[in-house]
Amino acid sequence: MTITTLKPETAAQVTDAVRWALSAGEPLEILGSGSRRGLGRPVQAGHALDLSGLSGVIAYEPEELVLTALAGTPMATIRVLLADRGQHLAFEPPEGGTLGGLVASGLAGPRRISVGSARDHTLGIAGVSGRAEAYKGGGKVVKNVTGYDVPKLMTGSFGTLTALTEITVKVLPAPEDSATLLLSGLDDAAAVAMLDRALRSPYEVSGAAHLPAGIAARSGVSAVSRAGGAVTLVRLEGFGPSVAARVTMLREELRADAVLGRDESLAVWREVRDGAGLGEGSDAHLWKLSVPPSAGPATVEAIRRTLDVEVFYDWGGGLVWLAAPPDSGAAIRGALTAGGHATLVRAPEPVRAATDVFQPLPEALMALSRRVKESFDPKGILNPGRMYAGL
Amino acid sequence: MKMPVPDSGVIARRREIVEALRAIVPGEGVIVDENELRAYECDGLTAYRQLPMVAVLPSTVEQVSQVLKTCKAMGVKVVPRGAGTSLSGGALPLADGVLLGMGKFKRILDIDYANRCVTVQPGVTNLGISNAVAHEGFYYAPDPSSQIACTIGGNIAENSGGVHCLKYGLTTNNVLGLEMVLMDGTILRLGGKHLDAGGYDLMGIVTGSEGLLGVVTEVTVRILKKPATARAVLLGFPTSEQGGDCVAAIIAAGIIPGGMEMMDRPAIHAAEAFVHAGYPLDVEALLIVELDGPAAEVDHLIDRVEAIARDKGACYARVSKSEEERLAFWAGRKAAFPAVGRISPDYYCMDGTIPRKALPLVLQRMQEMSDRCGLRVANVFHAGDGNLHPLILYDANKPGELEAAEEFGNNILRLCVEVGGVLTGEHGVGVEKRDLMTDQFDEADLQQQQRLKCAFDPDGLLNPGKVFPTLHRCAELGRLHVHQGELRFPDIPRF
Repeated sequence: MTITTLKPETAAQVTDAVRWALSAGEPLEILGSGSRRGLGRPVQAGHALDLSGLSGVIAYEPEELVLTALAGTPMATIRVLLADRGQHLAFEPPEGGTLGGLVASGLAGPRRISVGSARDHTLGIAGVSGRAEAYKGGGKVVKNVTGYDVPKLMTGSFGTLTALTEITVKVLPAPEDSATLLLSGLDDAAAVAMLDRALRSPYEVSGAAHLPAGIAARSGVSAVSRAGGAVTLVRLEGFGPSVAARVTMLREELRADAVLGRDESLAVWREVRDGAGLGEGSDAHLWKLSVPPSAGPATVEAIRRTLDVEVFYDWGGGLVWLAAPPDSGAAIRGALTAGGHATLVRAPEPVRAATDVFQPLPEALMALSRRVKESFDPKGILNPGRMYAGL
Repeated sequence: MKMPVPDSGVIARRREIVEALRAIVPGEGVIVDENELRAYECDGLTAYRQLPMVAVLPSTVEQVSQVLKTCKAMGVKVVPRGAGTSLSGGALPLADGVLLGMGKFKRILDIDYANRCVTVQPGVTNLGISNAVAHEGFYYAPDPSSQIACTIGGNIAENSGGVHCLKYGLTTNNVLGLEMVLMDGTILRLGGKHLDAGGYDLMGIVTGSEGLLGVVTEVTVRILKKPATARAVLLGFPTSEQGGDCVAAIIAAGIIPGGMEMMDRPAIHAAEAFVHAGYPLDVEALLIVELDGPAAEVDHLIDRVEAIARDKGACYARVSKSEEERLAFWAGRKAAFPAVGRISPDYYCMDGTIPRKALPLVLQRMQEMSDRCGLRVANVFHAGDGNLHPLILYDANKPGELEAAEEFGNNILRLCVEVGGVLTGEHGVGVEKRDLMTDQFDEADLQQQQRLKCAFDPDGLLNPGKVFPTLHRCAELGRLHVHQGELRFPDIPRF
């Protein structure tokens, strides 16, 4: 076989490439910049469809709160463009990669608790199904209920349903100011209880994380690393006078030890967004657990009965980042008695090929997921196996 | 509006079908009497009426599952229904179909402040959720104007919005978990009290699917703390263009108000005559901008909004000085529909979304259409997100006026699509806009959506005749035409 990577430059060429793959029965690995290839299971395909040639912003209208770009547009380009007009993608996605890759992986950062995830900001898509048919879904305005919400289905589908060619996202004003309340020395349970208090307040908390001592010590923000123990963080963002007023009130209410100003606040939440260095430099596997927030500490306690793990919490306790020894999947998932799911987000490729990277679904849900996959990609040529073996 | 031709074979088996349903739902849960069925003959889109073959009111998930499974086995269509407040005919019954009423699912199952969520049965009203948590200072954010009556199950089906959804999102952005039953009786759970359901975002597809994919039997929504303060500014403009410019400038300044509503002159006059809200009558456009949040923020932003409005040519500005005054500002807007109902025997409410910058053009073209067909139109507008609600005034007793109003409405929606918008911002497609879907979507777009429907309901028995203008069999949709595998573009770069 001579073809290894197809790199179309137009949406019509994407259709053509998929049509070839369909007729040849050759599965394709769908790539943007390839920055998230380590997320999910390795794709069983001999050929790649590289969409980075479909790059460029088609329309950006700050007053309409929408941006439309080709799927291969680098996120760095979009960030700069939005920042120029004081806007951003509010769900705080990690940096790097392409817009298509971001939507396909459905990621979100600490602000997930207040503004939602990639799913909540993806308004419209165009792409090519595994049937080699170009189609579109959703729209290019912020409010739309016409037909099924196909753009949502695309978020987090890891390219298994459609090779995306164009995406419309909702953009929002970036907060003028950011400040973070810091509490030190709390254990996990006390910290999550404190985050709960903050989140129950009317002060519009947009970040709620807890870094146990070992993680906090590694922070590049000195107020965090020198706190001398665990650090609990509560972020407030918005217009200057509003942030100032809320900081004063919530600091009093939570008896916070310190307040991080704008620069330190931005820096520490970038760290939280990117995993706070958890498990770096070790061969530990990295997991993300999404659980009911109040169940976070107990879930970790249950896991610690059998495993030696390092953790920190985001989303008010509802997101547990966890570094664990290899082969811990069953023990971790066995501890999710309060509901939720665990995803293996960093592990060597052979491991990801041999384990359930995403939480296995109950049989009825898996059967429906298979039928959904078949409705877009009946021959299984788009990213086969990326999410689940055989899907 | 043509509905699928009733299957006389199914209607002939009515007795047998009723017996099968009675075996599942005993007693008064199966309704066959014509007078009693009358209660279900239409929803909020009252121009369309149809008696269902039979109505069934289950009270447990198992009964819902059995009803659907049985109907599937017997090849009988099912139309799910909540409170029947749909404005697009989403719950319009079928002559050869079972109407599945979810009105008995009225319990609030779990209030969980520590996880800031509430789990309810689908028949609980939208407002019922907010009321249940109000004493702790919480509320459920999406607030469709029918919130006293409409149920959360219906909200899921329609992905309902409301005046606060620019800032707080639609239903889909506020749902954490669902339990639903597929047409084959399978009971599924999606999501829960945690964020992000695992696997495909099926909750995202089910929300807003207008009852075509499954029947929701349990819902977990997130609740929010009530904002500490809310104040509103009433702004009047000499032209709607200036009003639109002001909205754009507010958003460009980084301000996302809790609510931002616009009314045109006919709507202002109708509302003022009805509720005496104190609206200025010498303006072409009236804007209500509500800022909510901490007092310091609201005070800061009120000043900024006033300054922006002055800069954009506002000829009237009044800031609410009390909660009573704020509510008075809203009273007119919230009563706009019934107010228009007082000045016209009938009115027809439309629901398109446009890119906001197209507002002057759309209003002008709408006026031209109005002049041509001789029907008046009043406009209320969720200005922040571009969602238009033109109200077409007509008299159903005059021959041909209903049809003229519908044609006018269709042309408005086509115009919305033409300027880059969509057919419906929050009311749904239902039967009302079904035949306009081809104006917004190509055949390939619609076929892919219908294939998705096949994954949930391969026999097409759940709420057929809604949303899609042409019904295809799943086998036909699934057929794959594989052509010879040459690359049409031999110049695709490859490595």
